[in-house]
Amino acid sequence: MSETPVDAEEVKHVAELARVDLDDDEVDAFTTQFAEILEYFEALDEVPEVESEADLVNVMRPDEVEASLDQEEALQNAAETEDGFFKGPRVS
Amino acid sequence: MSQNAFITEETIEGADDGPLADVTVAVKDNISTEGVRTTCGSAMLESYVPPYDATVVERLKDAGATIVGKANMDEFGMGGTTETSAYGAVKNPVDEGHVPGGSSGGSAAAVAAGDADLALGSDTGGSVRNPAAFCGVVGIKPTYGLVSRYGLVAYANSLEQIGPIGTSVAETAALLDVISGPDPRDSTTRFDLDEDGNGTDETDHPAADSNYAGAADGDVDGMTIGVITDLLAGADDRVVEAFETSLDDLRAQGAETVEVSLDSLEHAVQAYYVIAMSEASSNLARFDGVRYGQSGGYEGNWNDAFARAREEGFGEEVKRRILLGTYALSAGYHDKYYKKAQDARAWVKRDFDDALDQADVLATPTMPVLPPELGESLDDPLQLYLMDANTVPVNLANLPAISVPAGEADGLPVGLQLIGPKFGEESIVRAASAVEE
Repeated sequence: MSETPVDAEEVKHVAELARVDLDDDEVDAFTTQFAEILEYFEALDEVPEVESEADLVNVMRPDEVEASLDQEEALQNAAETEDGFFKGPRVS
Repeated sequence: MSQNAFITEETIEGADDGPLADVTVAVKDNISTEGVRTTCGSAMLESYVPPYDATVVERLKDAGATIVGKANMDEFGMGGTTETSAYGAVKNPVDEGHVPGGSSGGSAAAVAAGDADLALGSDTGGSVRNPAAFCGVVGIKPTYGLVSRYGLVAYANSLEQIGPIGTSVAETAALLDVISGPDPRDSTTRFDLDEDGNGTDETDHPAADSNYAGAADGDVDGMTIGVITDLLAGADDRVVEAFETSLDDLRAQGAETVEVSLDSLEHAVQAYYVIAMSEASSNLARFDGVRYGQSGGYEGNWNDAFARAREEGFGEEVKRRILLGTYALSAGYHDKYYKKAQDARAWVKRDFDDALDQADVLATPTMPVLPPELGESLDDPLQLYLMDANTVPVNLANLPAISVPAGEADGLPVGLQLIGPKFGEESIVRAASAVEE
């Protein structure tokens, strides 16, 4: 048995954290599927600690202004804009 | 064009001449094309039109290619059958009752059906090699860092590469010659720097003095091919039979085969899904309908508005992965899932390094199964994840791999996967070209 049984409340909590609404059918389906998938992930417990070396180095460029999207291009896919800004829903 | 391989059919002309003049290319719909909508197979981005080209698209145009359309795909690359697209499933041109594989199913189907000479896909856990195998064409997943990801809509950044698909190894490798190279806009393609980040000699990129198409000379005499026995045990007998026949053929051409075993592979699929889902939950947080994407126009508390827009815009598999990734990264579970998955990733890398000390390239069947029937596999997500057992280890290890047709079983294509050392694209191209002979 899985050590981390998933119930509907937990699925709803994670959905809230991820900002994704779910309908009741989705909550039911995900509750069953998540239990199965997470149980499969349990096998990671057997993995030993392994040292890893990073292949990559940090890449910096000189701090100089370069060409980028102009304001009109940056806003062209927004549903709503106002005075050159993105307009989102109310904060509260 | 009856396979539904394209989401948007639109011609983008390239330069008048170049290595790809008169060549048509299909581009997966998660690769940005300036002025041509790029949906990622999602309703969320149904009307998203990028204001810039991905670096690979710039390179295609400069090489003279004609882009013929944006290829259908699993939503945000999340799937192995191209059935999770919001624009409908793609049919396999070889047998229309079957899936073309995924997530770059439209790209592979377009090439297999002759709708495009070549195609670009993206491969996060097999998404170029899987549909190449299922559609009977060639697909290459390059070493991480060989090809710029600038303009590729991110699903799991640490795993994915853009890769070419074509009907022959030489043509597919020629497309890799065009798209590979350093890009100032993708720091993971930069190998011209020392540990302090100094130095600017861009010729140090592995693609600078490579010739991938030229490596397709079929000369495997004296090459050692390691057969990964761990990945044969769970495969369909008909697939293994075709795989063994190809190995016989390679031995007849002078290659030597040895058996290798990698203990870490038992944990590769788990590690892959934990890492990919975790990265997806972070990457897809940007789709809130404010800067781009479906907003739904909801009023009220902004978190509620975002959650409703995302419920409408995302399909089931995308929601499943975002939620599981959020869970794996949440307080109390991070060490149990994400950290362990990173350990497994390092272990897989080390095992591959050891195996590649014993052999020039490694071989497996690309897919452990034949292409499923349309609609057959959608109900059981875990079974679909297990179908990726042979492809995901390569992404975890950042290595290059190619899928090349290895005959058919029951009228359906079988693919042979060849895995090379880091930046060993020429070796896998050479070995794959011998499989074609």
